[in-house]
Amino acid sequence: MSAVPMTQELRGGRRLRDRFGDRLLLIVTSAAGLGAVVLIGFIAYKVIRGAHLALSTFGLPFVWHTAWDTNKNVFGAAPGLYGTAVTSLIALLIATPLALGIALFLSELAPRSLRLVVGSLVETLAAIPSVVLGLWGILVLGPFLADHVEPWLHNSFGFLPIFSGTPQSSGIFVAGVILAIMVVPIVASVCRELFLSVPPELEEGALALGATRWEMVRGVVLSSSRPGIGAAVILGLGRALGEAIAVTQVIGAGWFIRSSLFAPGDTLASRIAGQYQGAVSKLQIASLFYLAAILLVIGLLTNLLAQIVVKRFAFQRTGGS
Amino acid sequence: MNLQGDRRLRRRRIVNRLAEGSATVAALLAVLVLGIVVWSIAKRGAGELSWGFLTKDLPLFGQPGGGIAPLLVGSALLVGIATAIALPVAVLIAVFLEEFASPRVGAAIQLCVDLLNGLPSIIIGVFVFGLLVYGHPQNGWAGSVGLSIVMLPLVTRATQEVLRLVPTSQREGALALGASRWRTVLGITLPSAAGGILTGTVLAVARAVGETAPLLFATSIFGRTIEWNPGHALPNLPVQIFIWSESDLPEDHARAWASALVLLIFVLVTSLTARLVLARTRRRMG
Repeated sequence: MSAVPMTQELRGGRRLRDRFGDRLLLIVTSAAGLGAVVLIGFIAYKVIRGAHLALSTFGLPFVWHTAWDTNKNVFGAAPGLYGTAVTSLIALLIATPLALGIALFLSELAPRSLRLVVGSLVETLAAIPSVVLGLWGILVLGPFLADHVEPWLHNSFGFLPIFSGTPQSSGIFVAGVILAIMVVPIVASVCRELFLSVPPELEEGALALGATRWEMVRGVVLSSSRPGIGAAVILGLGRALGEAIAVTQVIGAGWFIRSSLFAPGDTLASRIAGQYQGAVSKLQIASLFYLAAILLVIGLLTNLLAQIVVKRFAFQRTGGS
Repeated sequence: MNLQGDRRLRRRRIVNRLAEGSATVAALLAVLVLGIVVWSIAKRGAGELSWGFLTKDLPLFGQPGGGIAPLLVGSALLVGIATAIALPVAVLIAVFLEEFASPRVGAAIQLCVDLLNGLPSIIIGVFVFGLLVYGHPQNGWAGSVGLSIVMLPLVTRATQEVLRLVPTSQREGALALGASRWRTVLGITLPSAAGGILTGTVLAVARAVGETAPLLFATSIFGRTIEWNPGHALPNLPVQIFIWSESDLPEDHARAWASALVLLIFVLVTSLTARLVLARTRRRMG
């Protein structure tokens, strides 16, 4: 007992230093943590502030106006919104079934040795820089689709307005396919984790009752992961909505709404990126900021939605069973 | 009854086969696409690639020859500065989240980190333009700040994951021996997580070096010689590949392919190595 006060006295300097150090570490790290919150807010503020002139000039109707006329100084976002929605939809329609297949293959079918190899190859697909994928898209994939896939779609389903028109090597359709390639690894890796977390007893139970592997997957794996799959697809959507560079390279920069998917178009992100060589007027710059603000709101909402679904789902799995 | 049962069983088996077959085809397709992309870049890029290409200045407009040395230097500078900004901040955020934050505060900050991660990179480009470029000449600092915002959530996430792998007993041991909190964090927790933080950073570098959108408004109008000063616009690989890919000249396409090959090799080698190391540390630590 008597030793305690003595050491305390002896180590008084260190005690003080420790208390100071603890306090300092807490302050510095919590400042950094707060910084993350401030950064998101500051980004939103800066983007909306930049759009100020366009906001006051055009107001909300900017969202549904279609013009982008640098001579008359009239701008609108509608074609970009349309392009963003359609390219993302194409991407998800192609990517979701593929990603589910890949995830099932990796979690249920493939032998252990193959899982690691195929899994890391699929993740490598996500590591390819978008500008490189876009280069490949404009010079290899685009011409290939225009020569082989689009004519076939046109001949078989040309009665549908979306497949009317002449095949082109850059346009909405090519952009959708490129986005699908970027989205697949994201959705696949989230879904694989989901499927691996399904309790094995449930799977074995279904198999023991005589279900085939597919029946087991449909009845147990897929049905119990449905909200998680939803979140994975929303995360993929968030990626597709915001991709600027690869889309700019392959979409052909057309600020109009055409029914044909083969026609050129633009997304919100690709229009912003396409104007990098310098906008002419202050109003045009502000309009680009306005586009960015719309994209920011859509992007944040999409990500928030995915987070909420994931949280709910995690609660269901841990708290509900 | 027997006959019907047989038929149903056969149908179930066929459906099962079909489902298994399509899942396998989906996986094959993904691997095939990767193979085709890498192969077509390697095939088109390898021809142009030479020592001269890597060491010469950018070509004069419309002239043959030239190289990409300024792009390599510029990209290295941009990513280097971005790492210097992002790494310390990300580690601090991760330490706060894992060691100090109350559940509620932690959840809020975690949400912001996740939102930053999901932020379209073109938004970061626009933000940096509004903050650091509008009204000034383009500069490398702005580009680096943009890339650092891309890297921040990635490094934070990676650091959090390794911090969670550091055994609680180590921390408790240090605290029980009378070490203070900050000594425990700096002396025990962070050193044992250092390897994981490093691989996480390397992965973030592999991602940042190919990011074009944050640089597009910050450092896209540059000279054709090597630039060391981040106060000026820095030539860099992704933006130049983007510019060349938009060009109509076949020589520019050839340069784009060769530069894309250089970028791709760097990205794939670093991210694959980091992933391998990461898998190994994960296995070792838990």
